[in-house]
Amino acid sequence: MTSTAQGPEHDVRELDRVTIRFAGDSGDGMQLTGTQFTRTAAVFGNDISTFPDYPAEIRAPAGSLPGVSGFQISFSASDIHTPGDAPDVLVAMNPAALKTNVVDVPPGGAVIVNSDAFTAGNLSKAAYASNPLTDGSLKQYKVFQVPISTLNAAALEGLDMTSKQADLTKNFFALGMMFWLYERSMEPTLKWIDQKFGGRPVIAEANRRALRAGYAFGDTTEMFHETYRVPKAKLPPGTYRNITGNEATALGFLAAAQAAKRPLFYGSYPITPASDILHQLSAFKSFGVKSFQAEDEIAAMGATIGAAYGGSLALTGTSGPGLALKTEAMGLAVMTELPVVIVNVQRAGPSTGLPTKVEQADLFQAVFGRNGEAPIPVVAPATPAECFSMAIEASRIALKYMTPVIYLSDAFVGNGAEPWRVPSPEELPDISVPAAVKGDGRFLPYGRDPETLSRPWAVPGTPGLEHRIGGLEKLDGLGTVSYDADNHHRMVQLRHDKVAGIAKDIPDLEVFGPDHGDLLILGWGSTYGALRSAVERLTGEGKSVAHAHLRHLFPFPKNTGDVLRSYKTVLVPELNLGQLWFLIRGTYLVDALAYGRVRGKPFRISEIVDEANRILAERS
Amino acid sequence: MTDMLTPPEAIKLTRKDFVAEQEVRWCPGCGDYSILAQTQKVMPDFGVPKENIVFISGIGCSGRLPYYMNTYGFHSIHGRAPTLATGLKIARPELMIWVATGDGDALSIGGNHFLHSMRRNVDFTMVMHNNRIYGLTKGQTSPTSEFGKRTKSTPMGSVDRPVMPLTLALAAEATFVARTVDTHTEHMQQTLEAAGRHRGASFVEVLQNCNIFNDGAWREFTERDVRDDRMLVLEHGKPLIFGKSRDKGIRLRGLHPEVVTIGENGVTEADLLVHDQHAEDPYLALILSRMFWPEFPVPVGILREVDRPTYSDLMDAQIEQAIAKSGPGDLAKALMAGETWTVE
Repeated sequence: MTSTAQGPEHDVRELDRVTIRFAGDSGDGMQLTGTQFTRTAAVFGNDISTFPDYPAEIRAPAGSLPGVSGFQISFSASDIHTPGDAPDVLVAMNPAALKTNVVDVPPGGAVIVNSDAFTAGNLSKAAYASNPLTDGSLKQYKVFQVPISTLNAAALEGLDMTSKQADLTKNFFALGMMFWLYERSMEPTLKWIDQKFGGRPVIAEANRRALRAGYAFGDTTEMFHETYRVPKAKLPPGTYRNITGNEATALGFLAAAQAAKRPLFYGSYPITPASDILHQLSAFKSFGVKSFQAEDEIAAMGATIGAAYGGSLALTGTSGPGLALKTEAMGLAVMTELPVVIVNVQRAGPSTGLPTKVEQADLFQAVFGRNGEAPIPVVAPATPAECFSMAIEASRIALKYMTPVIYLSDAFVGNGAEPWRVPSPEELPDISVPAAVKGDGRFLPYGRDPETLSRPWAVPGTPGLEHRIGGLEKLDGLGTVSYDADNHHRMVQLRHDKVAGIAKDIPDLEVFGPDHGDLLILGWGSTYGALRSAVERLTGEGKSVAHAHLRHLFPFPKNTGDVLRSYKTVLVPELNLGQLWFLIRGTYLVDALAYGRVRGKPFRISEIVDEANRILAERS
Repeated sequence: MTDMLTPPEAIKLTRKDFVAEQEVRWCPGCGDYSILAQTQKVMPDFGVPKENIVFISGIGCSGRLPYYMNTYGFHSIHGRAPTLATGLKIARPELMIWVATGDGDALSIGGNHFLHSMRRNVDFTMVMHNNRIYGLTKGQTSPTSEFGKRTKSTPMGSVDRPVMPLTLALAAEATFVARTVDTHTEHMQQTLEAAGRHRGASFVEVLQNCNIFNDGAWREFTERDVRDDRMLVLEHGKPLIFGKSRDKGIRLRGLHPEVVTIGENGVTEADLLVHDQHAEDPYLALILSRMFWPEFPVPVGILREVDRPTYSDLMDAQIEQAIAKSGPGDLAKALMAGETWTVE
């Protein structure tokens, strides 16, 4: 194919899938660049998957290795599950970005660098002994050296701004260049610039010029010999939008409150990577959402319990260290049997750990981490879009069973984005529960529904139901304080049975691939994409491998044991050292194998394939 | 809450309506019995239906109070009662909420929540039972214990300096700050009634005796035969006069208060500080909050009562404003926000 553009002739190559990584200084606007490319690809109709990877520091020292921020996007003409193992193209805005990212680019891959940034000073900050652009160390890649800063400065000449301000727009030059290379329209980004900088015409003009200059450079330079076309993906019919996991979580709870016909309360304390949920829900004031930024994690949990006691659908959101602080109050929610949802967007621990990086090591904390016998149901969304439906599911369980529920998201699923088929509000399930009202006879605050074992939700303001609850053990039924030994045993058992009984009310564990065979890969949470892609690849090679992904981690779906026993071997890959693996072995006496990696990064598809092949070879 | 405080004709409750059937289990002779009795006594005066009243407590002897009130009640965990009260008030602004707490619960483990619930002006009334000791854990030093106090955990004397609860409440911008005494039943009733009627964060310190672990905690100035000389009953608009023969007063000298005798050295009533509980600035209240026996008579009554929008007022106003601006939230629109595309 030959292009009809005005620039030099170039070929157009059609690809099924492309993975680009933008990398630069944390002040270079790489997250914004990546997000703009994502929106454009999504609106065009590609399937997409993204992986924003940024440092914990807002602005680490400029040009330094720890200050590198990256955004990887994979876009495709077919159904994809991950942001790609390795980038086909790396855009590196400085030597530090090149150094920390080029190792992930496979030989033959393209590396586009801002050659202006390869100064002696920047090279030394990146600990390069010699200039990689000239010393031959990049010879296995297709390297494109573009003096982005110089070209961008020239494009912005005459605008009333300092050269430093002008340089801040160079990320849009790079973005424009990538739009040209992948035949993407600049319109969505131009529209975004108008909206974002409408009140600041000079800044708006600078960004427009930078974007167009990058695009024009691609078109006129003879550096690139071909452009690439990734056709639209064949997604199921519907209206789509691009959504991150945290956005979908916030929308899911907004929808859940409507589906439950209850006001929504969100109490939270800022913590990475959960703060976006607080921001999102705080913007829904016209829905009557009451968002409360508490003085600390404990107060957020306490206020959430107070709001639930008052009849709201009440949530709190945090990440692992915050969950640790909420622990005592979560026990109070167990004891008082109030419906609250605790969102934990997991990050790498222990302690402060790696605040912006992914890990799944809070599963034990969620299932076990309280004093006494304090069972709490645990659910986990598998993909960014699935966060929406899991938020509704968590709310449903909390309300129906009068129990706190933990919703385990993580940094990868929370920050990552994918296309989402937008449901209409009519599709939402009815998850409302009745309010307790005065009936005949004595009111029993701890009387139980024989089916669900849940207690009545008697909210203040209801005449005739005045009663007292609290953290002390309750007398079965009447709910008054009781120190009776047999009563305590009965109440512990009842709370346990109530939560265990939820297994009857959740979907069976589904299997992808053969329903029995050599190997089952069992996962949970954000590893879904890598595991599914690995199993697709393995089954494509004719291997007897299946994938099952748990969304309900406590209790497990009731067919879980049967599924596990249908395969010769069960492999449990997790971003921890084997927490689900431990639960599975303990619960079902299945001799499962663990594959745990804690690098602050999602799994690569290839490592799962390799591990599966290793096990298959060993056990055949 | 204004509406709640205007009693509908039908509501005619008595003290008995507020007595729960649960057997009261404080030590015989505990000051908490009086606090409970005065609380039950003033409740009918508010004209609030009892289903709209909630008592929330933390841990400690004070934490048991909700069990004895025939209203809605929540005995929560150590120090966190203000957080539950805040969440409940945000969710249900029309409820009347009382927080029962103690010196350890409010000022030690719950110190942060005390500070923030006060500065937010959350509309609830916090009644702090101050006995200067940890009673329920059997006698350790508390944040209000005297410097040097010997307790089980401080056998050679406490090296912690005590906090002054009223100063702390004022610094935290509480809009109602008062002090009363467990044995001064009428004064406590008046104080609780005023606190309950105040819209906003109300803080009442009740000097309470723990006859088991800290007997005579406040005896030196609260006993009947000395209290007129050693305590100062605050009345809005009145000069600061005290003493059995009403001949002593408080005068300001520079930045410092001093005790003077009316009629001596030419001192007249006109020289005395006049109490103004509604003063916008907190200076007079701060001076009063620092006055303590034996240097000064101990002030009781309302130190500060000012009118400010409550947390719920402000939050609900923002919601109304958002709805006025863009109409009530439309879920279908929110789900479709941003750019969308259609796959046929």
